[in-house]
Amino acid sequence: MVMSYESKANRRQFLKILGFSTLSGLGSIPAIWALTPQFAIRNLQSEKRWAMVVDMKKFRTEEDYKKCIDACHTIHNVPDFGNPKDEVKWIWKMPYRNTFPEQEDEYISDGVKQMPFMVLCNHCKNPPCVRVCPTKATFKRIDGIVQMDYHRCIGCRFCMAACPYGSRSFNFREPRPFIKEKNPEYPTRTRGVVEKCNFCEERLSKGLSPACVEACKDNKALIFGDLNDPDSEVRKVLESNYTIRRKPELGTQPGVYYIV
Amino acid sequence: MYNGSKIIVGLIVFAGIVTFPFIYNLGKVNAKPEPKIDTPVIQQLKEKNCIESKEFMKANHMQLLNKWRDMVVRNGKRVYVNSKGEKYEISLQNTCLKCHSNKKEFCDECHNYMSVKTHCWNCHLESKG
Repeated sequence: MVMSYESKANRRQFLKILGFSTLSGLGSIPAIWALTPQFAIRNLQSEKRWAMVVDMKKFRTEEDYKKCIDACHTIHNVPDFGNPKDEVKWIWKMPYRNTFPEQEDEYISDGVKQMPFMVLCNHCKNPPCVRVCPTKATFKRIDGIVQMDYHRCIGCRFCMAACPYGSRSFNFREPRPFIKEKNPEYPTRTRGVVEKCNFCEERLSKGLSPACVEACKDNKALIFGDLNDPDSEVRKVLESNYTIRRKPELGTQPGVYYIV
Repeated sequence: MYNGSKIIVGLIVFAGIVTFPFIYNLGKVNAKPEPKIDTPVIQQLKEKNCIESKEFMKANHMQLLNKWRDMVVRNGKRVYVNSKGEKYEISLQNTCLKCHSNKKEFCDECHNYMSVKTHCWNCHLESKG
């Protein structure tokens, strides 16, 4: 048969596990695990952890920001409504005082104070948006990417309230007429769903780096890689530079690091 | 029967109205949906096979698409191995529509006939061709 979901245990094995686990006082939990297709996946959790380092020293001109933003928003069909109220954004500029509101230093260099920071979804280790989503439309992948299943999103916007970084945008209006040039290889979204950065998981699956990282690869302003690989570029950069993350006190464990 | 004539006339008029659509369309055959597969890409194929047999796709394409959606979005698996062991990238826009670039003559043909309303195209882009 062509279409069948692979199940991890057959009936006989299931009953055996259920019997033994009941006898040992564990209840039906191990048997439920055995039936869950993701059981094997869950154990592979530590395989990869995608992360990004934003080197703010490399962002000098308006053009440096623009090329990252444009690269992302063009390939993902992100609409431009032209007003901040309806704005949909995957990667964008944010002033220092909003990016790091807990940094209360009054007397820091004007350079930092005035500098807009490049911000995007942090793909947290403990994502609050995933906890609140009532339909599991937002979920965490085994490689650490916090992804959205737009098919499931009902537009309740709990995730927008939960995200401490403002990484999520809601399509208040039909986005299609506001996309300048549609990329035929990627879907658009529809009115009434929330959207956000997906760390370019569709490009990662082809072995490419995220679009924003590729757009500014000539000065390496964004560095992307696997935190679980000790030889990866991100690990090297994190070891040789002092980095900060946004709102670490919340315990979300963001996956985006900043060199200031 | 009081007002018998009025009731009988009323019944005849009622029966006439109710059966009107059936009588009106009697003998007229609705055009059978004929999804077209004569896109440039399909015409260039040596063997004109879909990813699975025609009969399977006819009966099960909706379940297959649902399974594909879950495989890619939820599990990150982007390769489909068909019953012959051939591999295909799982993508509505980049695999299905690459051959079936004529959504109007292909998808819509049957869906309109059967009054099936899909939500696919609210987000997924149909190819320009």
